[in-house]
Amino acid sequence: MNSGMSIIVRTVTRFVYGLVIIFGFYVIMHGHLTPGGGFQGGAVVASGFALLLVAFGAAGVKGRLNAHWLQTLEEVGALAFLALGLLGIGTAFFYNLLANGGGLFGAAAGSGPNTGVLNSGGTLPLMNWAVGLKVMTGIGSVVIVMLVAGREKEAE
Amino acid sequence: MNALTVHAPVLLVAVPLLGAFATPLVGRFGRSARNVFVGSVILFTGALAGLMAAHVFGLGEPLVYVLGGADGFGVPLPSGMQVPVRILFEVDAMSAFMALITALVALAGTWYSFSYWRERSGGDLYHSLLLLLTAGIFGMELTGDMFNFFVFLEVTSIAACGLIGFRVWLKHSQEAGFKVMALYTLSGILVLLAVGLLYGEHGGLNIAYLASRVGGSLVDRIALGLLLTGLAMKAGAVPLHMWAPDAYGEAPAPTSAVLVANSQASLYGLFRILFTLYGATVSVGALGWILIAFALLTIAVGVTMALVQRDIKRLIAYSAVSQIGYMLLGVGVGLAVSVARPEFGRTAMHGGIFHMLNDAACIGLLFLASGAVIRASGTRDLNKMGGLAHRMGWTTGFFLIGALALAGVPPLNGFASKFLIYESSFRLSPILAVIAILASIMLLAVFVKVFQAAFLGPASREVGEASTGMLVPMAVLAVTVVILGLFPGFFIDRIVAPAASALWSGRDLYIRAILGG
Amino acid sequence: MNVGNVPFVVAALLVVLGLYTFLFKRNLIKLVIGISLIETGVNLFLVALGYRTAGIAPIYTLAPAGRMVLPTPQALTLTSIVIGLATTALLLSFAVFVYRHYGTLDAGKIKELQG
Repeated sequence: MNSGMSIIVRTVTRFVYGLVIIFGFYVIMHGHLTPGGGFQGGAVVASGFALLLVAFGAAGVKGRLNAHWLQTLEEVGALAFLALGLLGIGTAFFYNLLANGGGLFGAAAGSGPNTGVLNSGGTLPLMNWAVGLKVMTGIGSVVIVMLVAGREKEAE
Repeated sequence: MNALTVHAPVLLVAVPLLGAFATPLVGRFGRSARNVFVGSVILFTGALAGLMAAHVFGLGEPLVYVLGGADGFGVPLPSGMQVPVRILFEVDAMSAFMALITALVALAGTWYSFSYWRERSGGDLYHSLLLLLTAGIFGMELTGDMFNFFVFLEVTSIAACGLIGFRVWLKHSQEAGFKVMALYTLSGILVLLAVGLLYGEHGGLNIAYLASRVGGSLVDRIALGLLLTGLAMKAGAVPLHMWAPDAYGEAPAPTSAVLVANSQASLYGLFRILFTLYGATVSVGALGWILIAFALLTIAVGVTMALVQRDIKRLIAYSAVSQIGYMLLGVGVGLAVSVARPEFGRTAMHGGIFHMLNDAACIGLLFLASGAVIRASGTRDLNKMGGLAHRMGWTTGFFLIGALALAGVPPLNGFASKFLIYESSFRLSPILAVIAILASIMLLAVFVKVFQAAFLGPASREVGEASTGMLVPMAVLAVTVVILGLFPGFFIDRIVAPAASALWSGRDLYIRAILGG
Repeated sequence: MNVGNVPFVVAALLVVLGLYTFLFKRNLIKLVIGISLIETGVNLFLVALGYRTAGIAPIYTLAPAGRMVLPTPQALTLTSIVIGLATTALLLSFAVFVYRHYGTLDAGKIKELQG
């Protein structure tokens, strides 16, 4: 695992890796309109991280994916989710304060079949982002620890 | 204060969760910053639990909290019936009682952990996991929704196994962690299957809604069997107790104390399902006798296995398993006679539920004391330690109080609850009381052996008294044990009787709080 | 046999296969695979619960007219998949450490905690 794979795989990965990350962000962003959301999009992005690790090997990724940053971002994501839940504590926990409010994500959503308004949903897209951040960094950390740290211990 | 009380059910879950996620961030600033942060989070949580319990005991009916909305949570069906759609937390007197137990044990365990982790690194993640476990246990006890209960069950399973296997340099803890996680996952899957079956049959997930619709059909019975198996496995009833000695034995000492609250929370789930969800079906008497059979098996096997142990923590673990049997016996007797409702059924319920509180305090105290003993003598083998009473007077006293209380010696709290159980089970069938009393005597013998092996005799090596940070939580638990033992009537009237009647006769109130009228 | 029962039969088959693997195999990784199979079977059962005949996906964006399947079991299944992921990650981490300490993955030889 330390050496990575052949040059064809590495070149294709350089092209595809960015697309995978963007697709993951797309899935997270549109969670309140189409199938998807925080966990699904986060898992897609984390699979992009795994692709990087498999194609370039542990040595090649050392500079790019910093485990320390991933863990900090993970905690930020979790705290953001809870903070969004506490936003509406005046009424109830998880109360959707921003829905139909006219501000950020505040446009009214039509009922019944419609084309889907991205700007609607209130705190839901924000929660999707918080969950997506936590999941992508969380699964990324798990993948890095299992592929990288395991090998380093064996090499000792 | 009023706003805090209204939001208390959800804050009891959200505040430890917030603490768990923020602890690694705060830990970057140093060990004392992290200790102060975790200590204040758990103190705030304990205060919230007390506030909420006082409010609910005074209210007399369940407190309902709607997550995500304030206006009506019912959606009218075409037939005119209201279906609750949001996730609801429903706190009645039994839930409040369990929350009090959890708060007590979590406070003691967390404060003990501060000095336990003083010389080692990695304490950030440990405290984070401990707060996550506490949040999960509160969630299991306060929720009114079956699937939410399953989610919190899994949260506690994962956090508990993370804590059991936390010390990765010890090889036994890894083996224990794997085995316990596999069994916990299996129990969670059984519960999920049952929740799926109930949803498919009745179309709702809310406990009160299901309670009003569940009948005696085949699907309901299969779901009941699955729930019984899954939750009994997680509570540690024999013959599904195999994980318990490994889990309690290999976890760090303060964690073992909080794991007791974990088992009791799934026992609470079992009682909630049997009394509230299935309370109106015809086979309640038979279910009570099944519980009594489990209980007798648990009591007998637990004490017998405790007799032959050499490892001090596994010994206390087996005694914890046998005490679960006492709780099952008390509540089982109550369930078996719940159709005819004689007075001794109510006494049995009081005994069983009071024993949950007593057992949590005593076993917690014993585990904390054993942690100090292991730290001082450097070994867990009873044959190799000895003579600790010379220098560790406080720890000896606390261990003695916990052991005597657990064995049911008056005037400590174990005697109060066990006497209620003996008295009421004798009225149902004398054999039950005989087995229960015999097991208590054997437990006393077990602890005499432990006390003699660990504390009496010549001193084997130079030891010092346990540090103050370890002694204070033990003192708090010991004082609780003594006070509960000296004034049992007061506590039974104030907190145990409302909890018991919430299970015994409060089913209609529970359903009415959600479905109205 | 009603063709609408096929998902439930397959779910039951998966659960039985997973139980067999969990109970009768000795390699720790195979035990984890068995648990994963059981979870997959239960997830399939949950999703199949919500199906309504000739129903479409429960999404309002650009949806044609017609009956929709129930969305609640889909949310339940998603939560269950996430929990299964966390569980499997923890189990595999323990398996890695057990291998490091004991040198073997055979469950028959990892029996130091007894009695």
